Amino acid sequence: MKLTLRIWRQKGPEDRGGMVAYDVPDASADMSFLELLDVLNERLTASGEEPVAFDHDCREGICGACSLVIDGVPHGPQKATTTCQLHLRHFRDGQSIDVEPWRAAAFPVVKDLVVDRSGLDRIIEAGGYVTAPTGAAPEAHATPIPKADADAAFEAATCIGCGACVAACPNGSAMLFTAAKATHLGLLPQGKVEQDTRVDAMIHAHDEADFGGCTNTGECTAVCPKGIPLGVIGRFNADVLGAAWRGR
Amino acid sequence: MTEHTEGSEHTEHTGHGEYARYTVGAEIADHAAPEGPLAERWERRRLGARLINPANRRRLPVIVVGTGLAGASAAATLAELGHPVVSFCYQDSPRRAHSIAAQGGINAAKNYRGDGDSVARLFKDTIKGGDFRARESNVHRLAELSTQIIDQCVAQGVPFARDYGGLLDTRSFGGAQVSRTFYARGQTGQQLLLGAYQAMSRQVAAGNVTVHARTEMLDLVVVDGRARGVVVRDLVTGEVSTHLAEAVVLATGGYGNAYFLSTNAMGCNASAIWRAHRRGALFANPCFTQIHPTCIPVSGAHQSKLTLMSESLRNDGRVWVPVAGGDTRAPGAIPAAERDYFLERMYPAFGNLVPRDIASRAAKRVCDEGRGVGPGGLGVYLDFADAIERLGAATVEEKYGNLFAMYERITGEDPYTVPMRIFPAVHYTMGGLWVDYDLQSTIPGLFVVGEANFSDHGANRLGASALMQGLADGYFVLPTTLTHYLAAGPFGAVDADDPEVVATEQGVQDRVKRLLAVDGDLSADHFHRELGLLMWEKCGMERDAAGLREALARIPELRAEFWARLRVPGSGAGLNQSLEKAGRVADFLELAELMCLDALHREESCGGHFRAEHQSPGGEAARDDDSFAYVAAWEYTDGPPVLHREPLAFDNVTLATRNYA
Repeated sequence: MKLTLRIWRQKGPEDRGGMVAYDVPDASADMSFLELLDVLNERLTASGEEPVAFDHDCREGICGACSLVIDGVPHGPQKATTTCQLHLRHFRDGQSIDVEPWRAAAFPVVKDLVVDRSGLDRIIEAGGYVTAPTGAAPEAHATPIPKADADAAFEAATCIGCGACVAACPNGSAMLFTAAKATHLGLLPQGKVEQDTRVDAMIHAHDEADFGGCTNTGECTAVCPKGIPLGVIGRFNADVLGAAWRGR
Repeated sequence: MTEHTEGSEHTEHTGHGEYARYTVGAEIADHAAPEGPLAERWERRRLGARLINPANRRRLPVIVVGTGLAGASAAATLAELGHPVVSFCYQDSPRRAHSIAAQGGINAAKNYRGDGDSVARLFKDTIKGGDFRARESNVHRLAELSTQIIDQCVAQGVPFARDYGGLLDTRSFGGAQVSRTFYARGQTGQQLLLGAYQAMSRQVAAGNVTVHARTEMLDLVVVDGRARGVVVRDLVTGEVSTHLAEAVVLATGGYGNAYFLSTNAMGCNASAIWRAHRRGALFANPCFTQIHPTCIPVSGAHQSKLTLMSESLRNDGRVWVPVAGGDTRAPGAIPAAERDYFLERMYPAFGNLVPRDIASRAAKRVCDEGRGVGPGGLGVYLDFADAIERLGAATVEEKYGNLFAMYERITGEDPYTVPMRIFPAVHYTMGGLWVDYDLQSTIPGLFVVGEANFSDHGANRLGASALMQGLADGYFVLPTTLTHYLAAGPFGAVDADDPEVVATEQGVQDRVKRLLAVDGDLSADHFHRELGLLMWEKCGMERDAAGLREALARIPELRAEFWARLRVPGSGAGLNQSLEKAGRVADFLELAELMCLDALHREESCGGHFRAEHQSPGGEAARDDDSFAYVAAWEYTDGPPVLHREPLAFDNVTLATRNYA
């Protein structure tokens, strides 16, 4: 199939950047979207032009590295699918496709389609963990956990930290990411102990990293490749208020 | 190959001229392994290890390269002890290290099921699964530590699957008859990695770990014979810099991407360990590559990587091909009597759960017979129809839902109605830098953990044991053994202007310039694909001497072409993904030759190394314990490499032919 890609090219953070059109006349329906970029990049290299920079690694939908806004939608048109798992059979022959980086105040462009998502790491560093030093953990069966709690914690834990929620949010908020982690840990007895200090620290780190506020528009869940439910945000807000009420 | 006599030179000839020379050096031994009864050795080592008082630990910084299960757990734990840790990863965040992609599970000898599991049994299964090419001491320690790993991860909040009573659930994996695999749906690696990453993040906040993301190690600094630092390139700014410490830990994963197509992430590479090898660290068993039997087949020439379908699927999926060759009917139209459930037929005791090497070769054999399915005949069915009928679609979805969805996205086929098509693919490298029982390489102060070392899996890794090894090394082994090493210091101050440091950094700068200066007409990817194809065909699932000789003749030619015709657009002054790739491919082009040489010299079949010349009349791997019950540890020289053999002793398990029938 023949596709035309309009790709955001930007030499570096200071460059203004702009869309550049490229034809790929020999795409195959079985290709992933990133393999399409590989083919284009091979051609650009052969012609002496710099290939398009984009983030990717595992290419099986779990590392969270890939990050393209495709025709205005983070990770493209297929629901619950990362860009690396998006295949061209979902596009039409002759289609023209816009490809842009994640856009958010907290995600400055590094080059072309690559952005800096280190703000997400800073939220985890603030409290996205259970304080459990290595060496003397209690026997794993010492604390039974109801299956429903374990399953809900797992659902929240499947977040891959790709940042699509931020890119889709009109406010550039990372609440879905932050709330998913806090919900995962807060639902488990091991994590409950420090939930008040955790949510307080995480929401402060979230704001400091330049992520915007949440107004419950729900765009985040619409594009989340892992289907993290909006309910985690409600739960997180309740936890933050509770922590404030309890004075922590 | 001729007699292996020390100091003699071995040369093979082909029509292409002379190549593949190596010499045999002195035998080596693992001097760090304690004596005594197997079950007491790790305890003895722990009690014998020296300690460092907390105030002094602050003055002993450690570098950890890589942030997967082994690297993140090591960084977290060493920092907790009080060592300043400097951590590097090439990804934009440590949370993206390739361990995150592991699907199936992690083994532990908890015996929660009461099905007869024990440390001794996990030890035996692992030794046997590795085809008796791993060390008893290491493997026993791994089995012992497995139970502590589960406790540690649960304490961190890793959401393992649980049953309705609230206790942990388990399932079984290839090569075992007990149910000892703990799992978090099909995302066990992700959950374990996030646990380790979070533990490390906690230490970042505490100021004990400094993370340099998007930073790649390009050389090792060795001063007075000790590893004292690394030279890295900041992938965003292009700046090359040197970082010094008291010790260096490499946790950089495996080198399966030498084959281009593999189940590894695209960025996985061998540069860190290959550069360390060139600085003097021995490289052990490079030819031991695990082929995983259940990957999604290649769909076309554009293919960039292969996606694995977890081995746990073989708990309920049945593997089959049509009885008759050239049967192109839809799978549903082939009646049961005309299907060959070949694993169940050939290995009735283990059935579809035979170990990976056995299942892979069986699949290859039926495809070679012309009975493969799908485009090109390179595939076999993994069928869930019986499981869906027995358990119901809902239960199957609960167990494997995300794997089914992934398969559907990639192939466009629905595995609930049509059987999956699978084919073997390169998955895990059991070879790596040689380390002793303390996980120290042959360069003092250079420790190597996880897939980057060679130590625990022998010639074939049992499923669900890689995650176990990474975490055992990082959480539990290094905190004892690396500390013991540091307690013997201080080893003298090293300055940034020491001649060795300056020369190492200059070497890295020069190499970057050299890659940019070739200015040819072919991309790094072009060379990578060609190397990969050659390796898969000549040094893949089945090798023979003629093919290996061809590869050994071709690789130096390919390397010469690379350095004459490579084109790297852009400059070294900023983010340049072509440059990153070119450096990694240059190292694969050197490592691949050693892999082939090692495969050629090992005149036996074992685990992932199957030499066509050495098979039983039934087509099973024929080991030669009299000649090859050793670790092959290769020393780098400017001329031919030197083979050092470490004989393996089996005092606690009986060397036996592997039999899964």
